[in-house]
Amino acid sequence: MSLPTGRAARAGQYLALLAYLVFLAFPFLWLLSTAFKPARELGSLHPTWIPDDPTLDNFRQAFDEQPLLQAAANSLIAAVSAALIAVTIATPMAYVMARHRGRLATAATGWVVVSQAFPFVLVIIPLFLVLKNLHLINSLWGLILVYVVWSLPFALWMLAGYVRAVPTELEEAAAVDGAGRVRTLVSVVAPLLAPGIVATALFAFITAWNEFFFALVLLKTPEKQTLPVVLTHFLGAEGVADLGPLAAAAFLATLPSLVLFAFIQRRITGGMTTGAVRG
Amino acid sequence: MPALARRMAAAATALALLLTGCSSTDDGRDADGTIRLRFQSLAWQKESVDANKQLVREWNAAHPDVQVEYVQGSWDNVHDQLLTSFEGGEAPDIIHDASDDLADFAYGGYLTDLRSLLPDRLKADIPEQSWRTTTFDGGIYGVPFLQEPRVLIANTKLLKASGARIPTPERPWSWAEFREVSKTLTENGRYGVAWPLREPVSVTLNLGLSGGGQLFHRDPDGKAELRFEAGDQVVTGTIRDQVNSDRSAARTALGMGGSDTLPGFFGGRYAMVPLGFAYRQQIVEQAPEGFAWTVLPAPAGPGGPAQGVSPQTLSVAEDSPYKKDAVAFIDFLLRPPNMVRLARGDWMLPTGTTALAHPSLHTAEHGWATGTALAKHLRPAPAQAVRGYPEWKDKVATPALQEYYSGAIDTAELRRRLVDDGNRVLARYQR
Repeated sequence: MSLPTGRAARAGQYLALLAYLVFLAFPFLWLLSTAFKPARELGSLHPTWIPDDPTLDNFRQAFDEQPLLQAAANSLIAAVSAALIAVTIATPMAYVMARHRGRLATAATGWVVVSQAFPFVLVIIPLFLVLKNLHLINSLWGLILVYVVWSLPFALWMLAGYVRAVPTELEEAAAVDGAGRVRTLVSVVAPLLAPGIVATALFAFITAWNEFFFALVLLKTPEKQTLPVVLTHFLGAEGVADLGPLAAAAFLATLPSLVLFAFIQRRITGGMTTGAVRG
Repeated sequence: MPALARRMAAAATALALLLTGCSSTDDGRDADGTIRLRFQSLAWQKESVDANKQLVREWNAAHPDVQVEYVQGSWDNVHDQLLTSFEGGEAPDIIHDASDDLADFAYGGYLTDLRSLLPDRLKADIPEQSWRTTTFDGGIYGVPFLQEPRVLIANTKLLKASGARIPTPERPWSWAEFREVSKTLTENGRYGVAWPLREPVSVTLNLGLSGGGQLFHRDPDGKAELRFEAGDQVVTGTIRDQVNSDRSAARTALGMGGSDTLPGFFGGRYAMVPLGFAYRQQIVEQAPEGFAWTVLPAPAGPGGPAQGVSPQTLSVAEDSPYKKDAVAFIDFLLRPPNMVRLARGDWMLPTGTTALAHPSLHTAEHGWATGTALAKHLRPAPAQAVRGYPEWKDKVATPALQEYYSGAIDTAELRRRLVDDGNRVLARYQR
């Protein structure tokens, strides 16, 4: 059997890539299509990609029935705050974990990994009681605190990897030039870590933006609820759903993440390539 | 005090104020003495949410000293959400849920025993079999107010063309007759029926009552025991035969939820779909122009047209300091005219006999009259109040029934798994 020629192989690669991209885009495009379909088209046995009779009724109904803008604002406040606080705390911690190898750092890394395995339901009741004592139930601050704590382990793990990719020679050079630890961290390491910090912040943002269960349990009043919680108000018992308005609201809920990715993906991929040519 | 220390102290004070200012620790009463009650509703359809909110507004206007705050809940994860709220002492005063979710809360002491608080009018208006769905260990822990029977939604044109007898609530099809009609309706890529059985347990148990089965039996000590008897084989056997022998039921539908079958129903691929009564709302909304459909009673067997239900309920949290006021609000919400509004909003049946007699629930339009006529045959779901049922359902019954209906295992194996494995699960909860 002969190997495919270079051109054929490349065409095959592009084809595979295209198929993968279509696969990735399918749920989003279907959501978009559903959001613009009238109720009768939702029940069609032969659904079409492009609605025969596109309508904005689903969006109208979604906004009429639920406080989507308020919920989106709450989600944005919680997710942005959680992301900023998480990277602010995680960056120096990750530096220590990556640079100071020892039993304590190894144990800390192990604990960080293990903590990711805790199911939500295991921690929610103690967490609820702690937050209640702090008067942080039904408070976005309480939710932000939870999101920071929840995303910290993975953020730490992720950032520690980025720190290890920064050559120690640069820090030694800074030390020779008279820079202290803090100055080295701020002026030398942090700029090189920028792509990692952005990627970690993005991870913390997405985690908080999509999170449902903590928000459901901790926030009581409608004006405090976040978008994922409000989206479930379009669902009934036994999986029955108000599909059109749900799709419209879910489509709107995906937009901030998409916009964010569109703005910073160049930065992230740029950083990754920089790391790749290290040597 | 040095400047840095002063700044830190000020920051700490500001933080403390910020944290303490984020919520209140009130006992539900304002400074002027007004009682504030929180009512967490799981209503989700627009008409239903509107009806609930309107009723809360009417109550608040008439009761300035007892104000109710409407809190929108969600059926998704409601059990975990409530459990956390109970444990943390932050539960709403008035709780909307389903009766099959109450057992753990009732036995856990989180809900108020309503026996001494319920007004006579409400007690008398709701039939005894409905009260049984919320009675645990002798106490009443919720007011059952909405319920839905399972019905057959049929394509009118296909049904008429088949020449089959049209069943009525007084003369429903027998399970054997239903099987024959399904066969008649099956032709050229069209199935007589689609059984959406992604969650097969409650359908099997609830419809199983009509076959004379009940699966869960209580011994004199009150302990639950599983037995799979002849009556339990009527519904399970019919479904299995329809899928595997007659080929009159679509095999692909076995993995579907109720909503998933609707496109196939509208497209003429399935002539009938067994669904909950409330699905009519989706059908009205999504059916193509001119599509004619009708609501038929579920088939009856040796057990008659009986079937099990788990009604929606309203309960009062044990921690609520204003239980009498909370029950007064429930009584207001469930006055017959209001119960009718809630039932119509949710496309369900009211449990109250006065509300059920309302003329608007006896019209032929959208099959209301058929559903209303079935109300007297509704019984508590067989597994109601059986501790360990959720684990049995998820770990034993769901996979066993799915395999049985698809033809992967036979009746003896189904019995072994439901009963032998099942009783081992229940034993752990009943020591």
